[in-house]
Amino acid sequence: MSGDLALYVHWPFCVTKCPYCDFNSHVRERVDQAGWRAALVADLRHEARLTAGQRLVSIFFGGGTPSLMDPGTTEALIAEALALWPNDGAVEITLEANPSSVEAARFADFASAGVNRVSLGLQALDDAALKLLGRPHDLAQGLAALEVAQRHFRRVSFDLIHSRPGQTVAAWEAELARALSFGTEHLSAYQLTIEEGTRFHTLARKGLLDLPDEEAAADMFELTGALCTAAGLPLYEVSNHARPGAESRHNLQYWRYGDYAGVGPGAHGRRGGLATTRLKRPESWLEAVQARGEGLEAEEAIAPEDAAEEALMMGLRLAEGLDPADFAARTGVALGAVASQPARARLQAMGLLAPGARLRVTDAGRMLTNRLILELASGLKQSDAMPS
Amino acid sequence: MASVPPTDLSRIRNFSIIAHIDHGKSTLADRLIQATGGLSDREMSAQVLDNMDIEKERGITIKAQTVRLDYKAKDGKSYILNLMDTPGHVDFAYEVSRSLAACEGALLVVDAAQGVEAQTLANVYQSIEHDHEIVPVINKVDLPSAEPEKVKAEIEEIIGLDASEAVLASAKSGLGIGDVLEAIVTKIPPPKGDANAPLKAMLVDSWYDPYLGVVILVRVIDGVIRKGQNVKFMAGGTEHLVDRVGAFRPKIEQLPQLSPGEIGFITAQIKEIAQARVGDTITDVKRPAAQALPGFKEVQPVVFCGLFPTDAADFEKLRDSIYKLRLNDASFSFEMETSAALGFGFRCGFLGLLHLEIIQERLSREYDLDLITTAPSVVYKVFLTDGTEIELHNPADMPDPVKIDHMEEPWIEAVIYVPDEHLGAILKLCQDRRGIQKNLTYVGGRAQLTYELPLNEVVFDFYDRLKSISRGYASFDYHQTGYREGDLVKMSILVNGEQVDALSMIVHRDAAEARGRHMCERLKDLIPRHLFKIPIQAAIGAKVIARETIAAMRKDVTAKCYGGDISRKKKLLEKQKEGKKRMRQYGSVDIPQEAFIAALRMGDE
Repeated sequence: MSGDLALYVHWPFCVTKCPYCDFNSHVRERVDQAGWRAALVADLRHEARLTAGQRLVSIFFGGGTPSLMDPGTTEALIAEALALWPNDGAVEITLEANPSSVEAARFADFASAGVNRVSLGLQALDDAALKLLGRPHDLAQGLAALEVAQRHFRRVSFDLIHSRPGQTVAAWEAELARALSFGTEHLSAYQLTIEEGTRFHTLARKGLLDLPDEEAAADMFELTGALCTAAGLPLYEVSNHARPGAESRHNLQYWRYGDYAGVGPGAHGRRGGLATTRLKRPESWLEAVQARGEGLEAEEAIAPEDAAEEALMMGLRLAEGLDPADFAARTGVALGAVASQPARARLQAMGLLAPGARLRVTDAGRMLTNRLILELASGLKQSDAMPS
Repeated sequence: MASVPPTDLSRIRNFSIIAHIDHGKSTLADRLIQATGGLSDREMSAQVLDNMDIEKERGITIKAQTVRLDYKAKDGKSYILNLMDTPGHVDFAYEVSRSLAACEGALLVVDAAQGVEAQTLANVYQSIEHDHEIVPVINKVDLPSAEPEKVKAEIEEIIGLDASEAVLASAKSGLGIGDVLEAIVTKIPPPKGDANAPLKAMLVDSWYDPYLGVVILVRVIDGVIRKGQNVKFMAGGTEHLVDRVGAFRPKIEQLPQLSPGEIGFITAQIKEIAQARVGDTITDVKRPAAQALPGFKEVQPVVFCGLFPTDAADFEKLRDSIYKLRLNDASFSFEMETSAALGFGFRCGFLGLLHLEIIQERLSREYDLDLITTAPSVVYKVFLTDGTEIELHNPADMPDPVKIDHMEEPWIEAVIYVPDEHLGAILKLCQDRRGIQKNLTYVGGRAQLTYELPLNEVVFDFYDRLKSISRGYASFDYHQTGYREGDLVKMSILVNGEQVDALSMIVHRDAAEARGRHMCERLKDLIPRHLFKIPIQAAIGAKVIARETIAAMRKDVTAKCYGGDISRKKKLLEKQKEGKKRMRQYGSVDIPQEAFIAALRMGDE
């Protein structure tokens, strides 16, 4: 087996469940840290055996709230991973963290555990908004945590959410400008999406969430791109902005459709042409690992045409787009077979796709990425001339 | 033939139930069946009489149903009670009139808390026209908000019926059910008839049963109908051998015969329902009746539209399904049609728009078909300059205007009952639809309006509009009165410059602009945004009379990609692809199939 590999580790616990979040996160009164450490290590070893020889480029601790993890667990997992997979010693190791004072106090420990990049869930620079979003921290704590993080980690990114209930375009402009003044190298700015099975979904259905309309949301999206670019953080993915060279190596692995191993409850992986999913409920996953040494729920072969469609969906999100040779190498399918030439020509003529060999959206097309994917992928079955 | 004596007329009662949609008609019917032992508690599925899913959901009855109940009254005698469930919509007015003609009385069920709802008025008056004895039943008297005395006063004031002996009941709890049964026996008159006269039975309704073939619901007027008898359908002209006679209790029970006053069913090895026409008179072949029963009408479809499969590959399936449906519903007609944009389909004729919707719904539900319905049209007469006359069922067949001398369209006479406070809005509606007022009289707080209206102004959504602007209080009945000349034009709809033939319609020239504007506005909401802006135009010939533009889509992107969970995003894509498949492509524009019929609704202007 060959090719680069990223490792994702899921820590499923949170202090509270945010009303917009539909990630695999759970609130538990007590967590058996030692038991979880052993199980995560075991689950990781299982993946390492199946991906032996692949070069490890990134480790990402996501959740949930992985900053609630015992730093010792983080350390053990990092040590294990670096020992099991070949790597060049410059592996990007990211921890998602909530900017609360409790967690900030442990940043030094995480740094000595080997974490070299932190992604802070700041989400808003406004106390009322943080409260509305159900965040377990206020703005003062958030900013203090950011400062601590910037002191302990060479690379710090933070998340903000726009198109929040009651938010205006002008308010977002001021908030984002302030955020950019903190001198970050990487910023993720997400539009609030109302997901099924969340409290916000219920509220929205009852008409109790005063969400900005599509036009305002589009304005905020465009504004984000303009302000970030002006601040030296151009957009490199639909919702991600970074100083050139400071992009998230881990997320690029997803978007470029590289392999990644996913361990921990509900983690997804793609390795060697297989899609892996792990048991979602923390307790079920833990029992499974304790019983048989891994927490897999399913492991399914991805058909080449599905792989091609996935690679298209992910790659089109990137500013760099897709390279035909890379695409064919990763999926075994010619790019021209997925993205039909007539559809591509039509969308290029409309100025939504860029001209040239790489398949990539223009700035004008970016906000329409989903639709462009649909237009391109719908042509799949019409089997147009298939350049090989 | 060894004869069984005819059933004693004095021991028969035939009645229907008139009720507002949720005033408890079905529950009461179920209670009556239960109280007389028709079904055990275990066998009672809610609302026994409404067989089809659509009937249950919409709360309307499409086919007439009967149930024969045995009841031992307080006078010690046994009675046969025939409960007739009648269809409940103006589209089926003729079927209703035949069902009512089979009865001598009706229970008027009124909710004790809600009082008289005017929707029931038309049915009450129809019942009165058939000389029915009407027994008021005040239902749900056990509700805390029940005001039976007030409701009695309403019945007397609004309908003009004596309500002093109204039965107080609660169908839900079973309270007063015995009183209802007694009132049926004592208040509703027994039927009349002569068992020795030549057979005369009315064909009340018919349907196709996969096991029995065509089942015919009959009401015997004179004579006796028996198994083994050769009968003749007087209007249809066909002869058949009766092979089963029976009644529904509600389960099928075979009987040796049906005598005057009785309601039951026969089967006669009839394969096609079209042979068993509602309202026909059934008589004996050897000893025929001199005269048929009055009231038979040839059922003529009045609304036509095209039905096309969304997926062209489903055409065969659609054809099979339409044949099967037709077995059970002789009132709709069909013939093959081809459309440039929609491919192969059928031009179908219906009794009205509800009938159209029911057929469409049954096709999609019972036969799992995705359909596109084209603009409903009435039948126009086109007189060409060369002297020929053609019947036009489909706007697509409209001849070149230069060859047309003149056109005629069907008109109806409509009778509308409406409470005073809604009269103004109803008058406006009728005027807007080119109506000509013929008469306006008042009875109590209620107006009776007679209007002449062009049928093409009524077929779209007149009935729905009438109900909505009168908050359900107006009732409506109509009959066709013939053809009149009209200044009619074909209006086309162009989407992104392409003519959408399925949306073409024939309209009066004066109404064209308003209708065109409305269609464009509706389509603007119904067609999703595309990557480019889409002009929508209504045109007569080359002249554009209305225009709207759908702005280009601005944003469609998933904000956050969920870690490595690609399958989730993939599901979204699959869903979008599915959605795209359910649309029809006109040029480069995808039009959702729902848009075709939804665009025609006039809405709340």
